[in-house]
Amino acid sequence: MTERPTPPSQSPVHPPSEPEVAPAAASTEHSMIAARPAPVARHGVTGWLRSRLFSTPLNSVVSLITLAVLVWALSPLVQWALIDADWIGTTREACTGEGACWVFISARFETIVYGFYPETERYRVDITLALLVATIAWLMIPRLPAKRWVVIFALVGFPVIAWLLLLGGHFGLPAVPTREWGGLMLTLTVAIVGIVGSLPLGVILALGRRSQMPLVRSLSVVFIEFWRGVPLITVLFMASVMLPLFVPSEVEFDKLLRALIGIMFFWSAYMAEVVRGGLQAIPRGQEEAAKALGLGYWRRMGLIILPQALKLVIPGIVNTFIALFKDTSLVLIIGLFDLLAIIRAGLTDTNWLGFATEGYVFAALMFWIFCFGMSRYSQYIERRLHTGH
Amino acid sequence: MSAQAATTADSNTPMIEIDGLNKWYGDFHVLRDIDLTVQPGERIVVCGPSGSGKSTLIRCINHLEEHQQGRITVGGVHMTQDVKRIEQIRRHVGMVFQHFNLFPHLSVLDNCCIAQTWVQKKPRREAEATAMEFLERVQIADQAHKYPGQLSGGQQQRVAIARALCLRPEVMLFDEPTSALDPEMIKEVLDVMIELAREGMTMLCVTHEMGFAKTVADRVIFMDQGQIIEQAPPQEFFNNPRSERTQLFLSQILGH
Repeated sequence: MTERPTPPSQSPVHPPSEPEVAPAAASTEHSMIAARPAPVARHGVTGWLRSRLFSTPLNSVVSLITLAVLVWALSPLVQWALIDADWIGTTREACTGEGACWVFISARFETIVYGFYPETERYRVDITLALLVATIAWLMIPRLPAKRWVVIFALVGFPVIAWLLLLGGHFGLPAVPTREWGGLMLTLTVAIVGIVGSLPLGVILALGRRSQMPLVRSLSVVFIEFWRGVPLITVLFMASVMLPLFVPSEVEFDKLLRALIGIMFFWSAYMAEVVRGGLQAIPRGQEEAAKALGLGYWRRMGLIILPQALKLVIPGIVNTFIALFKDTSLVLIIGLFDLLAIIRAGLTDTNWLGFATEGYVFAALMFWIFCFGMSRYSQYIERRLHTGH
Repeated sequence: MSAQAATTADSNTPMIEIDGLNKWYGDFHVLRDIDLTVQPGERIVVCGPSGSGKSTLIRCINHLEEHQQGRITVGGVHMTQDVKRIEQIRRHVGMVFQHFNLFPHLSVLDNCCIAQTWVQKKPRREAEATAMEFLERVQIADQAHKYPGQLSGGQQQRVAIARALCLRPEVMLFDEPTSALDPEMIKEVLDVMIELAREGMTMLCVTHEMGFAKTVADRVIFMDQGQIIEQAPPQEFFNNPRSERTQLFLSQILGH
């Protein structure tokens, strides 16, 4: 028995006996079980390949076909986007090869990020962006302390600072009207205001729709059904063209502000229905138990019902966020130049005709990075909040 | 707990007074002319066939169900539609449910602290100390940092009892506390309830555990079709039931 190495201990079927320790102590009456072949490796690269891709002949065939299809489908793209691509240069002359010419993007990268924001003032966008990234990072890293204060800062302090900084016109900062905003900066502004505004509004509407009070309930229903029933494009047109007709001319709303409010209302209606789905999934006993403990309505909702309901509908909420993020590109129809619109504008530059593919691929990549990030983060949050029920 | 019950027991005022209570679900008359007075320290078991209105009755006491006719007074507070009054009454009354209704997103400790912090406005440290004291009493203090989903049914129900006790209620309502439990877990919950009864807590229990009724009840109430048919001390109730319906009910549940 001891001539051959004992099988590795991963195999649960036959735990290794301890031959070296006390062979004499082992009962001599019983015959030894013949040593079995060592189990197939389940760890490491080969183990992974064996267990996941080539575990049976049929699986091996399927794996090979899938790989072949992937190579066949992706290699032209890789060839075009990476291998044959031109990366360096500042002018059209740099575009020589068969592949993509990313010089088109890098040459106008500043415009893509800042839009028509005056060049000398772009540091203000940088500061705002840095502040935003720092705040979000602080909130996303569980180990960092004082989350409550950072949340308050993110919801109250940051918007005020961002507004003062970006718009200017105070504290010696030159004013930059919103018609000069554009590019990624505008896309992020619209998306963040939309996301941060529509979630709380949606929660309020969802609670309103389930309210015992008939007036509150019908108002919520009317609001939700109205905004859900009209296309976002209509909302944006209404906000930019129709609204000025109805309000006295001396009241002047900023066009971006109008679009932001329209987008917020539109998506809050969707959000309300997502949240309502979560509220309905919480057993009635939860609210009864909270009532029996003497908690009032807002505490029952805020401490017991909503934390459970929102956790339940994280996939739906993030789905709405992602849809919102992508639909920010619709603001181009009311003459705001978001990320996509500014890239499109670049396509008509007579010096750079013929780079539509690069432009759209880059725009798609930018949108995808943000949406994929949101998706991954939401999955992480779901795992983190799981409490085994 | 016993001290608490004694101080508020204004000896003469009843803990709960129900007078001419009627309730309908649409056309269905769930509770018919219920009169019931519970003295401080009294332990009452309510039994009866399913659908007889016993759960509805005790749920009216803390206004989880709304009644249409009659008066309910709890700890001297007269129940109205006023939210403030209802919440005042709920502060006197603890409740334990059939399905525990622990908050699954909060740890056992937080389940016990949440109402102390937000209703009684106690500082966190004090709330935790109280919570641990009662968790100790239901013998589950070692699980304080787990989530309800990680506990067995019997453990969850004991946490639910501790959660209610943390607010130092004067009355405890039990709505079929052992009906959702596996047989081997019923005893651990009943033991806690018996202990509570010994300490002098005023209790109203809807339960089918007749052994529990015999051991601790001062009075057993039998309900059928929304009415109180019979009420008597357990000795008399089990040995000498007067009404036919009670006899039938007892023969059905004790017959095997």
